[in-house]
Amino acid sequence: MRFLIPLGIFFVLVIFLGIGLKLNPREVPSPLIGKPVPHFQLAQLHAPDQTFSPEQMKGKVWLLNVWASWCVSCRAEHPVLNEFARTGQVEIIGLNYKDEPADARQWLAQLGNPYTISVMDTEGMAGLDWGVYGVPETFVIDKKGLVRFKLTGPVDPNNLQTEIMPLLQILNGEAG
Amino acid sequence: MKILFLVVLLFSQWAQATIEIYEFEDPAHEQRYRALTEELRCLVCQNQNIADSHAELAQDLRRKVYEMINAGQSDDQIVQFMIDRYGDFVLYRPPLNPKTMILWLAPVLTVAAGLLGFWFLLKRRRQNDQQPSDADLQRIRDLLKKSDNQ
Repeated sequence: MRFLIPLGIFFVLVIFLGIGLKLNPREVPSPLIGKPVPHFQLAQLHAPDQTFSPEQMKGKVWLLNVWASWCVSCRAEHPVLNEFARTGQVEIIGLNYKDEPADARQWLAQLGNPYTISVMDTEGMAGLDWGVYGVPETFVIDKKGLVRFKLTGPVDPNNLQTEIMPLLQILNGEAG
Repeated sequence: MKILFLVVLLFSQWAQATIEIYEFEDPAHEQRYRALTEELRCLVCQNQNIADSHAELAQDLRRKVYEMINAGQSDDQIVQFMIDRYGDFVLYRPPLNPKTMILWLAPVLTVAAGLLGFWFLLKRRRQNDQQPSDADLQRIRDLLKKSDNQ
């Protein structure tokens, strides 16, 4: 009987440590979820004399993908985004974060361009307003202009299938 | 070994040099800047505050703090600005709210559980120290007598 207490404590510890091992400390919950998109008005990468701001997307479900040509993980997610953009399910807007516009344009020319529009956030100040801390990041925005989901890290076939696509389906069904 | 140490020293100087220096007209502003950047966590290198971090994000956040202080914003406004974007996680001292309740209460509860356990242990030990009962004493005397007779 005596050994039951330490044994019990041991198992409780094992369970908590086990949960701790599975958590990803990089995944910081975004306070933006359920809130209106932070405003920005930035020049477009391919048409610097024109600007884009998130308000223009009102009434549509869309993705904001934060990327940069210097970002290694962006290279990894790029083919996935290209293929997903080809299906035409959703418009993807690129936020080119702290990048050289020339490098960014060359990067897209080389690897393909999944973005309807990319905007230049050279100073990273729009990124700051969106709480960007690790590129790539992807936000899902609903028809009302509310942020509904944030993915920190590359989009891959797995999280695209299990998280992003089901959510898009739900959001597309919602009233604008 | 000595040379290696010197080389390391040399490079540490280098690393120091990458933290930019902001100049303040008012010493009180500088004091606030120091305090704020030491309280805010760098999201990229999670175990550093933005005062110590070389990450680009920390640089941006330091600049933002500097700009906001110069624009006459209060400490609370600056901290709220950061929370609105990065969540409570950006604070090294998380606020007390339902989500962080267990974080704040866990140490108190652990100490309380320990004291309670200790108290039970003492109580049990004291019970064991009690005088033997008359029946037991009688048995001991009998046994002693028996051994004396042998």
